[in-house]
Amino acid sequence: MAAYALRRLGTVLLILVVMSLLVFLATHALPSNTAALILGQYSTPETLAALEHKLGLDLPLPVQYWHWADAMLHGDMGQSLVMERPVAPILWDAFDRSAILAVLAMAIVATLGITMGVVAAVWRGRWRDHTVSVFAYLGISVPEFYWGLVLILVFGSRLHLLPTSGLGNLSDGLASYASFLVLPVVTLTLTLLAHVSRLTRSSMAEELDSMYVRVARSRGLPERVVIVRHALRNALVPTITVLAQDFGFLIGGIVAIETIFAYPGLGRLLIFALQRQDLPLMQAAILVLTAVFCLANLGADLLYGVANPRIHHGSAVD
Amino acid sequence: MAARLTDAVALDVVAARRSPLPRALIIGATIVLVLLIAAALAKVIAPYPFDQMHIRDRLSPPSLHYLAGTDEYGRDVFSRLLIGSQLSLLLGVIATLISMGIGVPLGLLAGYRRGLTDEVIMRALDIMMAFPPIMLVLLILAVTQPSLVKTAFAIGVLSAPPIGRVTRSVTLDLMSGEFMEAARARGERLHYVLRRELLPNVWPLLMVEASLRVVFAVLLGAVLSFLGFGVQPPAADWGLMISDGRAFVDKAPWISLAPGIAMSITVIGISLLGDGLREVLDPRMDGRR
Repeated sequence: MAAYALRRLGTVLLILVVMSLLVFLATHALPSNTAALILGQYSTPETLAALEHKLGLDLPLPVQYWHWADAMLHGDMGQSLVMERPVAPILWDAFDRSAILAVLAMAIVATLGITMGVVAAVWRGRWRDHTVSVFAYLGISVPEFYWGLVLILVFGSRLHLLPTSGLGNLSDGLASYASFLVLPVVTLTLTLLAHVSRLTRSSMAEELDSMYVRVARSRGLPERVVIVRHALRNALVPTITVLAQDFGFLIGGIVAIETIFAYPGLGRLLIFALQRQDLPLMQAAILVLTAVFCLANLGADLLYGVANPRIHHGSAVD
Repeated sequence: MAARLTDAVALDVVAARRSPLPRALIIGATIVLVLLIAAALAKVIAPYPFDQMHIRDRLSPPSLHYLAGTDEYGRDVFSRLLIGSQLSLLLGVIATLISMGIGVPLGLLAGYRRGLTDEVIMRALDIMMAFPPIMLVLLILAVTQPSLVKTAFAIGVLSAPPIGRVTRSVTLDLMSGEFMEAARARGERLHYVLRRELLPNVWPLLMVEASLRVVFAVLLGAVLSFLGFGVQPPAADWGLMISDGRAFVDKAPWISLAPGIAMSITVIGISLLGDGLREVLDPRMDGRR
């Protein structure tokens, strides 16, 4: 297992290198380069050439990549072109704020989603199952930002219960700070919850109908043990895979949700960078989000191995 | 041959025993059918051209004249919804076909061959999945001019790894089945095993996954338009309409709510269809419900 984990970690590093190359090349495919963006409409061919030389943009691409990657590895993400400040502090502040949203949403999704799926599968065809499916269908049926809009309409514009945009101030107390998080986190949760509960239900239903569950029941094991120790353990295998996929979806969701709630996180920063063509900011934001995503995938793979011992990593067993 | 025969028999038995089709399938198929007809005849059904402005009737609420109200330019929201359905359905279908074409063969091969083949395929899919879905699309669309086909292609390629992974994990579970042992004992060729033994058994779960992928494409497409990187104005795209209505959510909520409801009905219809199909197609679902 340890060897497997190490090998996978190596793969993650490889993936990051490939990603950094892609990001680097993609941003260099953009119509304008950093020098042109800095000089704007006042550029002349001479000033452009001078600045390109100063920034090293006239060097061959591999050399440029090497300089950029080397700086990145030392935590130097360059200067934001639009804000004219170093990228790193801006980015890590935004990262922390997004992480709060993501961790809260993911924790709710994992616990509540699996519980709802199991409840629906155990009481298949009864009202509990129907309630969960109606909820799942509603949750999954519109993009998350639409729920954000509906929640803003109901809780903000009509009821005036919760703040609908921005970020709370910790000096106003924890309750006030948390009130700013409620709507974004609920919005993030809704869609993913539907996905996870739906998948858990279908894989759980399959396990509950399988031979080994029937055998376990006929051995007189308590229903709770059969459900949790036997069926759920197997049903969790596909669910874990989906949870990891959902983490990517969550990152996508964060981009839209931070935009609609004007929440100053990494997602909104990325959209800002893309719209304003702020290349260093764009590169750094994408790389950081990719790294987070890789690590989540790695974690899911390791969990997958723990949950399903039938799959032995590396060696084929038949 | 044997596998096909038993499958056919099993399907017949299932069909005979459960003569009324699953409710999910009927409702889902009806919704999807109505949507397809509406999208096909959008230009005929729509009361107004989707970009015609009625300046005097700006922001008017739903009425007999304007079934879903009008937007800030006085354009009929209902007509725009109809035209928008074409864009959404097209995007969903193209993207899903692309993702299945790439993902299914790779997943089957990886799950069946195991070993080096598995390693190489899964690492390749890992690398593709290592990009958080929206990043790759955003990067492509930010670098190039956005268009529907480009969006569909990007989403389709993105959806291939999840399809491959699901296919592989189902295949892995199937590997210990007796029919696989039988196929191995008979010394069947790779192509036969993948297509005739594994694919029919993977198919039911794939149908569910495919319905999820169409839904994913429709929703991601909406997010992209919402962020301004997808279909560009003045196209009557649902995501774009929701986004445009944001500024008027207090005064004229129907501008944003109507396309959201349309999208919701579409997505629910496709999901129900997927679920219903699964109940009919999956031999293991026999006697459930």
